[in-house]
Formats: sequence, C-alpha cells, structure tokens
Amino acid sequence: MLQAESRRVRGALIAKLRDILPRQFVLTEAEQLRPYECDGLTAYRQLPWIVVLPSNSEEVEKILALCTARGVPVVARGAGTGLSGGALPHPHGVLLSMTRFDRILSVDRANRTACVQPGVRNIAISEKVESLGLYYAPDPSSQIACSIGGNVAENSGGVHCLKYGLTVHNLLKLEVVLMSGESVTIGADALDMPGYDLLALMTGSEGMLGVVTEVTVRLLPKPAVARVILAAFDDLAVAGNAVAAIIGAGIIPAGLEMMDSPAILAVEDFVHAGYPRDAAALLLCELDGTESEVEAGIREVTGILELQGATEIRVATDEAERQRFWSGRKNAFPAVGRISPDYYCIDGTIPKKRLGEVLTGISKLSNEYDLRVANVFHAGDGNLHPLILYDGSQPGAFERTEALGGKILELCIAVGGTITGEHGVGVEKLNQMCVQFEMPELDQFHAIKKAFDPAGLLNPGKAVPTLSRCAEFNAMHVHKGRLPFPELPRF
Amino acid sequence: MTSADISAELISTVADAFERGTALEIQGGGTKQFYGRRPSGSLLRVKGHQGIVNYEPTELVVSVRSGTRLSELQQILAEAQQMLGFEAPAFGADATVGGMVACGFSGPARPYHGSVRDAVLGVEIINGRGQQLRFGGEVIKNVAGYDASRLMVGAMGTLGVVLQVSFKVLPAPEVTMTRTFEMSELSALEQMNIWAGRPLPLSACAFYADRLSVRLCGSGDAVLAAGREIGGDEEHDAITWWESLREQALPFFAQEEPLWRLSVPPATGPMNLPGDCLIDWGGAQRWLFCEYSAAALRQVVRDAGGHATLFRGGNRDGEIFEPLQSVQLRLQRELKRAFDPRSILNPGRMVEGW
Repeated sequence: MLQAESRRVRGALIAKLRDILPRQFVLTEAEQLRPYECDGLTAYRQLPWIVVLPSNSEEVEKILALCTARGVPVVARGAGTGLSGGALPHPHGVLLSMTRFDRILSVDRANRTACVQPGVRNIAISEKVESLGLYYAPDPSSQIACSIGGNVAENSGGVHCLKYGLTVHNLLKLEVVLMSGESVTIGADALDMPGYDLLALMTGSEGMLGVVTEVTVRLLPKPAVARVILAAFDDLAVAGNAVAAIIGAGIIPAGLEMMDSPAILAVEDFVHAGYPRDAAALLLCELDGTESEVEAGIREVTGILELQGATEIRVATDEAERQRFWSGRKNAFPAVGRISPDYYCIDGTIPKKRLGEVLTGISKLSNEYDLRVANVFHAGDGNLHPLILYDGSQPGAFERTEALGGKILELCIAVGGTITGEHGVGVEKLNQMCVQFEMPELDQFHAIKKAFDPAGLLNPGKAVPTLSRCAEFNAMHVHKGRLPFPELPRF
Repeated sequence: MTSADISAELISTVADAFERGTALEIQGGGTKQFYGRRPSGSLLRVKGHQGIVNYEPTELVVSVRSGTRLSELQQILAEAQQMLGFEAPAFGADATVGGMVACGFSGPARPYHGSVRDAVLGVEIINGRGQQLRFGGEVIKNVAGYDASRLMVGAMGTLGVVLQVSFKVLPAPEVTMTRTFEMSELSALEQMNIWAGRPLPLSACAFYADRLSVRLCGSGDAVLAAGREIGGDEEHDAITWWESLREQALPFFAQEEPLWRLSVPPATGPMNLPGDCLIDWGGAQRWLFCEYSAAALRQVVRDAGGHATLFRGGNRDGEIFEPLQSVQLRLQRELKRAFDPRSILNPGRMVEGW
C-alpha cells in the first residue's frame, strides 16, 4: 500500500471503529500503540496500525465484520504473555485486545463448571472456586498473569498436566466470533457435542480460526493432600531412568519436574530453595490424593528413587517446605534471567526415554554455538525447556541464539518429538514446521484455516508456514534426514 | 498377534475413488454398522491393516494400526498393567481400534478418566484426496499445527480413513470396588454430583430402577477409605454388571423401541420424558427407549443444555444426530470439504447430502 493511500484507509477505518467503540478504546497514537508491539517473545516487534479494546461480543462481531468488509487483518491478544509471537501485530492490521473481557460470569457448583470471559487470568478461576473445594487444573507457569483466552489459543499445560490434562481436556464450551463477524457456540455444557469436535480444533489454534469471547471450563475437586519429594542425582541419564521407573511402576505423579546443573545453580543463587548445589540433576515428584494414598505413594517412590541411585532424597515435611521445593522450579526462568543479560526459551517435546541423548545433543550444540544452555524439563510429559543464555547487545548474538534454538527443535523432531509442547508456533517456529510436516499436511492445515476464515484475515502469517516458504527452507536444509533432491550429485 | 501394513493398498483405493468421484463405505470390524445414518458406497475394508506399531509402557503411549482388534490391544495393555482410560464399548468381538475412534464411544469411566478424544495423541489418515497425512504424534503435549487428530474422533470416517492412532494409556487400577444404594432418581442425581465434587477415586456412577451403582478404583488405601466415606452396600459381582452396561447387554437394552442417547450436563434433574431411562456417566449420559417425536424430545434435551442422538433403531434415513444451527453447520460442511472435497468418504453417514 502506498503511504498516502494507507493513511487514508487507516483514517477511514478509525472513524468507523469509533462508531462501534467509545473513543478511549480505539488507540491510534504511537505512544499508545507501543505497549502492544510484542508479546512475551520480545525479539519480534511490530507497531500495530490500530489497537481496539472491546468489552462485549457484539462489539467484537462488529469490529470483525467491518475488518472483513475492508479486507483488514485482525490479531487477537490476551495478556500478552505468549512466548512464540502469536500475538505479534500486523503492520496494516487491527490489534484486538481482549483485556476488558475480565469477568467470571458464573460458577455452577453442581455441574462443576465455571463460565468466564477470555481476559480472566488463569489463577483467578481457582481462587474464585477455592471455597467450594474445586480448582481449574491447567497451571502454566505464567498463571498469575496469563489469561484463559490465551490458554485456549495455545492449549496451555503446566506442571500438573500428566495427571490432569491440558487445556483441551478441561474445556467444555466456547463462544467464538468468526472473522465474518458471526458468533458460534462450540462445545456444550454436556460432556460432548454433536458433529465434528470443533472444540478440540479450536484449542491450540493460535487465534487463527476465531476470536474466543466466552469460555466454560471444567472444575476438579481439590485433592485432599499433596506432598513433594526432592531427589538429587549425579548423572542426568540416571535421573531420566528414575522417571521411567516411577511411571513404569504404575504411578502417575501430579507433577514430575527435572532440572540440570546450570538451572539448579541459577535457581539456588536466586531463591535459596535448598537444592543441592553439586547435583547433576534434580527431580521433584509430587503426589496427591487421600492422606493414606499419598503416604503409600511417597514410600513407593522413595524406594524407587533409592534403587535408581539418587544421591539424596528429601520429602517435604510440611506445606512451607513443599512451597520452598517448588519455588525453585517455578522461579527457574527469572533465575536464569539474573545470570544472563537475555535468555531464550525453547519448547520441544520428546519421548522421555530419549532424554539422555537429547541432552547430550544439546550440550554439543551449546559448545558448537558457544552459548550456555540451562535445561528445565516437565519430565512426566516429555516437555523440555532449554533456556539459551545470550547477550542481545552483542551484534549477531540473537541470530546465533535463534539458529541454535532451531537446531534443538530439529533434534526433538529427529527423536520422534515435536517442536512445541505448549508455547505454540507463532512466528517463531514457522521454519521448523516445514521440518516437522510434509507439504500435503501443511496444505491440509491451510484448508482447515480457509474453512473458518476464507479470506485469511485472522492472525495472518502465524502458526502454519506457506508452502513457498517451506519449499525455500527445505531446499537449503536436510528434511527429516533426507537431503533435498537426493538424485543430484553433491560436491 | 497379526501384523500387516496394507496402507499402500488403501491409499491407492481412496486416490482412485477421488479421481472417479465414487463413494466409499469405510468398514473395520462391522460391529457399529447400526450407528449413524445409513451407509452407502463401495466397501473399503480396513480390518486387514493390523498391528501394534509401538508400545512403550513407561512412555504411557501406544501406537496401533486401525484394523487391530480392540480386544487384542486391550490384552497387550493388560499384560503391562495398563489400559485405555475411556473404557470403550466394543459391541462385538470384531470391533477395531479404527471403528472405536471413528464412532468415539466411551464407556462408564468417561466422566472420571476422560473420553476417546481425550486420549488420542496422534493419527495417520488418508484424506479424501487419497493423501496420507500424519497429525499429532506420540507425545502428550503438542501444539504444532491444528489438532486434526482429535477431530477424527466421532467423525465416523467422513474426514479421513484412519490408518493409525497413538493413545495415551493409564496404569490399571490396583483395586476396584462397587457400592450400591437404594434411592430415588432425584436423590441419585444429586448424590452422584456431590461425590464428583469431592476428591474421591470415582470411576463410574450409574442409576437404574431405584438403584445407584458407584464404582471406585485406585490404590487399595484410597478405595477402602472412599468406600467407608460414601457408605452403601458392597456389590461383589460388579465387574460383569459394568461390562454389560458398557456393551449394552443388560436386560434394559433389550427393548423394542428406538434407543436414544441423551448427552446433558450431569446435574440435570430427572427429565420428564416418556419411556424407560438408564443413567450413566454420573448423570451426563442417559439412555432412553421411547417412541416420542424426535423434534419434541430434542427440544427438551436442548433446553437442558444437551443434545440427543438416535443411537439404535428408528429411521436411519432421517436426522440421527442433533441438527446443527446454521453457522455451525456451514463450518462443519466447509471442514468436510477441506478434508474430502468430492465427498467420497462415508457420504451421508452423519449429515444428509455430505
């Protein structure tokens, strides 16, 4: 678009948006737009054209219908805590901030559900229903800040998802506005819905298919007791074997987390959780249930950990100690942030039994790229978060970090894993999507998108790479272990 | 166990049908042919595509070809003291894993251990263009690309021929115990939902003819403590009863009228509908034999926040499933088109015309 033409189109759009929303909820000045230029992935920034802050679904319907009529892209944004650039604005698009959708609409005690607006923070739901002995299970580490709408967009997990599931397992119903401006109910207050399972499809769709304006979540009874065991190991692979042994014994821990030595040291310096500083790996295993069940479980897990060669085992004796054990893990990211000017978080998932070789591979890559890596690992579900430490003020440092991150993700694919467990593809992992999926699969994703958003105006350019981008990327890279054009001679 | 990979043959048949625009009726073991709208098209037999492709008990994941018999899969899992949490009904010895996924039926444990779709981690399918596609994988957390895997559950093959599925599996419970109570329907519905709001190891709650049956499962300690907490009488021969409920082999299921499946919010009170009703899923699934008008019945169920499916019997050329409202219907039709543009896969099995 030419600059003058662009200015004219933008001006006309602003006037129309002000017919829909009060003046203070249509932001147009650069200083007002600045806070929206990035999400939690701060390396990518783009000033939005216009920011709007609707507060009800009728306003969202009108905004989307208007943007469809004018061919203007729309990007929805929740709390902005996303880590893959999923809410990165479009330079000629409207950024739809959902923060004013901040009310818990109703709690149904008998059916154990809560109906909330998408801007409600994850933890606020559990706080609201605590007195009923209920809670909302998915607990991403950003739960004090992240909003439930964003959780739906990314199918967020957390430390308890091996036992209690991801967002997709804890949702019943969504109210969604399509890019056309039409509203549609997806899911039901019952346990299933007629027709195709659009609820599963919407969950984790990264804001590409519709804008969620209401969410009904399932609530679970709070376990009577939760206790945590801390175990130290002098070898990462041994700790990995201990994880397999616990699961193999038929135990599903409520949480099972692992950290490597660089992460342990960073955390210990920061929160003084009492972690053994000389350990090569640290395992936190939480069990919940009834008093007697948890006691029996603690005995069994302690026995397994001893047998597997843990160098130290501590069971939290009270709630304060339990919180202290967890405080280290929960503060791993900021702790790493203290020892490095910048860090970059990777989100690969791997089969648990390949942990040893993946960590060895990461260590090799870390040396090759001359960048330190600290690893925290949702060991129960195989979700690995390597944190790459770098200094963004050094020229080329971020590019090298991104390249290392890409290599780590390709390693995850090579062992049968995936490039993102819970952070989403966003703009960050588009190239790795080309490695994980074949062209017909990507083509199928585009066809799904088209069924919901024929003009491709909702969050364009995210989550699924174009076929031409992949053709270009794959031409330069080894694809699933195969060189491109294997029939051609190489020199 | 048998292992055979006939995917190449299946792909070429679908690709050929796509070229010619001819309909295919996808069939596994043929045990759930009674379900859905009347099938048409030339038969595509999937049951020869058999075998466990990967099973790692410590990863809690199994990947299996769609023609594998459900009973074989269950056997292999049981040998490692594991199970599919959703307790799928088979409706016959020939039931296959593919049919289980396509129909998406879950058994009595569903409200407490999750549904078929909850356990699906990845699929390999043939879409209506004859392309072999893989979505999801063998890991529990995965948000790379849209969740096309869970979309296949309950789609009755209309979006793709399922070739292979990866499931999350659960450890088999150490102990199972059933307690029974004499009470009214109203009290039973209240009681089931009060217990479901407490941290009890419930794995099934069903009610019929003034009798509430509650199944507890988990570690010995937890089950014993829970049994003491809820009271009632211990039922010693309960395993067969729960199996008969799951397989619709109880005398209740031998009635003449059409069988409706009502899916409602669990705490919905007694529904004033004519006919004989059995309550499963802690109130969330109700089986009803009745000749009542479909439109009137559906209205009552909709008002309760649920939907009704004509499960067995009745007019199979009519609306078996809850009719969808206009925007929803358009989305579903567009999605069908996205996977199967020439509508060759089980056309008309869910919705008339496509």
